[in-house]
Amino acid sequence: MSFFSFGQSAEIDVVLTDAETRKKAEHKTEDGKKDKYFLFYDGETVAGKVNVTLKNPGKRLEHQGIKIEFVGQIELYYDRGNHHEFVSLVKDLARPGELTQSQTFDFEFTHVEKPYESYTGQNVKLRYFLRATVSRRLNDISKEMDIVVHTLSTYPELNSSIKMEVGIEDCLHIEFEYNKSKYHLKDVIVGKIYFLLVRIKIKHMEIDIIKRETTGTGPSVYHENDTIAKYEIMDGAPVRGESIPIRLFLAGYEMTPTMRDINKKFSVRYYLNLVLIDEEERRYFKQQEITLWRKGDVVRKSMSSQATIGAQRFEGSKSSVSSMLDLKCRA
Amino acid sequence: MSDPTVADTRRLNSKPQDLTDAYGPPSNFLEIDVYDPQTIGVGRNRFTTYEVRMQTNLPIFKLKDSVVRRRYSDFEWLKNELERDSKIVVPPLPGKALKRQLPFRGDEGIFEDSFIEERRVGLEQFINRLAGHPLAQNERCLHMFLQDESIDRNYIPGKQPQR
Repeated sequence: MSFFSFGQSAEIDVVLTDAETRKKAEHKTEDGKKDKYFLFYDGETVAGKVNVTLKNPGKRLEHQGIKIEFVGQIELYYDRGNHHEFVSLVKDLARPGELTQSQTFDFEFTHVEKPYESYTGQNVKLRYFLRATVSRRLNDISKEMDIVVHTLSTYPELNSSIKMEVGIEDCLHIEFEYNKSKYHLKDVIVGKIYFLLVRIKIKHMEIDIIKRETTGTGPSVYHENDTIAKYEIMDGAPVRGESIPIRLFLAGYEMTPTMRDINKKFSVRYYLNLVLIDEEERRYFKQQEITLWRKGDVVRKSMSSQATIGAQRFEGSKSSVSSMLDLKCRA
Repeated sequence: MSDPTVADTRRLNSKPQDLTDAYGPPSNFLEIDVYDPQTIGVGRNRFTTYEVRMQTNLPIFKLKDSVVRRRYSDFEWLKNELERDSKIVVPPLPGKALKRQLPFRGDEGIFEDSFIEERRVGLEQFINRLAGHPLAQNERCLHMFLQDESIDRNYIPGKQPQR
């Protein structure tokens, strides 16, 4: 942004070497719009070219140095001034001097560590970007290029089911079961609700997926709850002995992997909220955390996978501690 | 055989339901009727009472079929007791109709048939909503209101003893 009509200015842009072949991923911007960015994984090299194009050909561009940075940072919306950089790499492209013509500089950040997934939330944003800068005495010329990072996991070794008996003494006793505690983003929640005692007039039952974003530490902790999904699983009044099945496909919802205490700055956790509603609109609910993870597109066929699926289905999975009187009633 | 990339969505195993449970009467039967309004007394000392009949199979209520006579101020008493002693959000009562109690009205005021009917409906909705609340069922005042012949305003508030 030069206010001087004389002198030389330049445009700077960054082009990746593998721009043609690299996949792009959609990511929400702060104002809710969706944009596509180049997708990177942990350990991948980030390489390309920085093009410095002089605006007035023939005139020289004096500068204090040209560099490119790779930055990973966490930005808390209520503390915009402070960016917490957890990755900060820099490559000097040119020493202070002058450019007589437009020039292109190659750069390569080899095997860059990208420990966290890109995230844009209600109160916090974690982003990775390249920033090319032509330093000048009065005002720098710089350009940022955002990229998106996904963190991948594989099927966990241990993935026990969630099984619990909850209720309100002498009023409503249910046993709920979800087939796993860790689900990948395109997984299916398979479960059931078994009614042991029904002394209230239930009208219907639903499962909600709640995303909770927690920012801040100590005395100033902010929780942002967002109901991602509401899925009715039963319409009508059940009686004792009835089993209601649950089959909830996660691929239809926009979710991120569970993020726990990222760089000690924020967390994003997901909960299943089982809600029963009676004839008088009173709500009885039980919340249970689940872990979400991102599966890579490459299929890892393992010999034990078939056995794992079988075991999850039929083996009497160990019941969690029975917690009666744990169902909460509202209004 | 089963493709590991496609999730197994078969239902979880569940116990078959006992047929007496499936087809027997539900354990949540609770119905309260508010009916038969009677205006008692003369002149300025008139008031209307309603019959309150409860039928239920919930074990927490001592009587499975009970009938009592109650007036509007008894319902008010119950609402106040619960608002003070319990954490529940008590449903609203039909209005007090103070305007109708002012003199020089063209009609019968609070003894007008249409008003009594409106109030009866509101009281019935109120008591049904309240009696079905699991936390209200623990309060002594609710049981006294529904099943004791008369309300002892000097009672000791507290929780209904478990059967």
